[in-house]
Amino acid sequence: MIRRALSMLLYAALIVSAGVAVAIDPLPFANPAEELRFQQLVRELRCLVCQNQNLADSDAELAKDLRAEVFELMRSGKDDAQIKQFLTDRYGDFVLYKPPVKPGTWLLWFGPLLMLAIGIFLARGQLRTREPSASTDDRDGEFS
Amino acid sequence: MRRLNFAMPLLLFAGLAVLLYSGLGKDTRTVPSPLVGKMAPAFDLPDLLDPTQRVSGQSLRGRVYLLNVWGSWCVACVQEHPILMRLAASGRLPIIGLNWKDEPEAAVALLRRNGDPYSAIAADREGRTAIDFGVYGAPESFLVDAQGRILYKHIGPLDWASVERQLFTRIEGSTP
Repeated sequence: MIRRALSMLLYAALIVSAGVAVAIDPLPFANPAEELRFQQLVRELRCLVCQNQNLADSDAELAKDLRAEVFELMRSGKDDAQIKQFLTDRYGDFVLYKPPVKPGTWLLWFGPLLMLAIGIFLARGQLRTREPSASTDDRDGEFS
Repeated sequence: MRRLNFAMPLLLFAGLAVLLYSGLGKDTRTVPSPLVGKMAPAFDLPDLLDPTQRVSGQSLRGRVYLLNVWGSWCVACVQEHPILMRLAASGRLPIIGLNWKDEPEAAVALLRRNGDPYSAIAADREGRTAIDFGVYGAPESFLVDAQGRILYKHIGPLDWASVERQLFTRIEGSTP
């Protein structure tokens, strides 16, 4: 019983640790706060070589260079917004995992709401026509 | 309303089919560059063939050129190479190489073996200039006009059809 619980715990630990694995560069962080800020930043930036990975996870050569670039920008006193701007100036909004809200991305941001509205509209029409008349035709009979 | 309800799934299906069909065959990996139409980033790098010399954006002002990002480690660049040789032979557009994160010896050896289509080659060993140009994979080519503005960016190996359609048509429009 205890062995089983232990192995369950081990599996749980494995699953959790797999999620936080990041590519490790020997960057000389001054303190844990700086490292934390760096990790958060590179997690929000996309690797352009393997496009379904962020900069933190990617092992691509370019991702390594971009991480070094982000680190240097941090060191030179740039804030997060300026660093993201530096990258979008070169690579476009695509490097951001969270695209900015602007006319070009309205469909992306509000499309789901639009779909929901259409769905509600259709469902209402559907239900309204069904109410009195639908009860008259024998639904149980259809399946017998 | 009943009729509409009946037609609705069909209409939805048709809409979805059109949407998905339009996405077929599209290359989702090419990322449009925000640099097209803007001034090319400044660079000043050692010449690959003669490291005592520099190759800079400033020194190239006044002429239209193609900046070609390549490396001896890049298979697609080797595939593209004959097109660059043909373009160089046509004499219509000088090609400036940006040798990206490469070993100089390997790069020079490759050019000796296959020929050198470049008017000058800037050696970007650290890849910083490539980052300034928003390069994310080789080969990439930038058409730069006499004022130093990027007219067009080609991602991936050039073929002769795109040289004619994308490069020649654009340089005819600008100052010779």
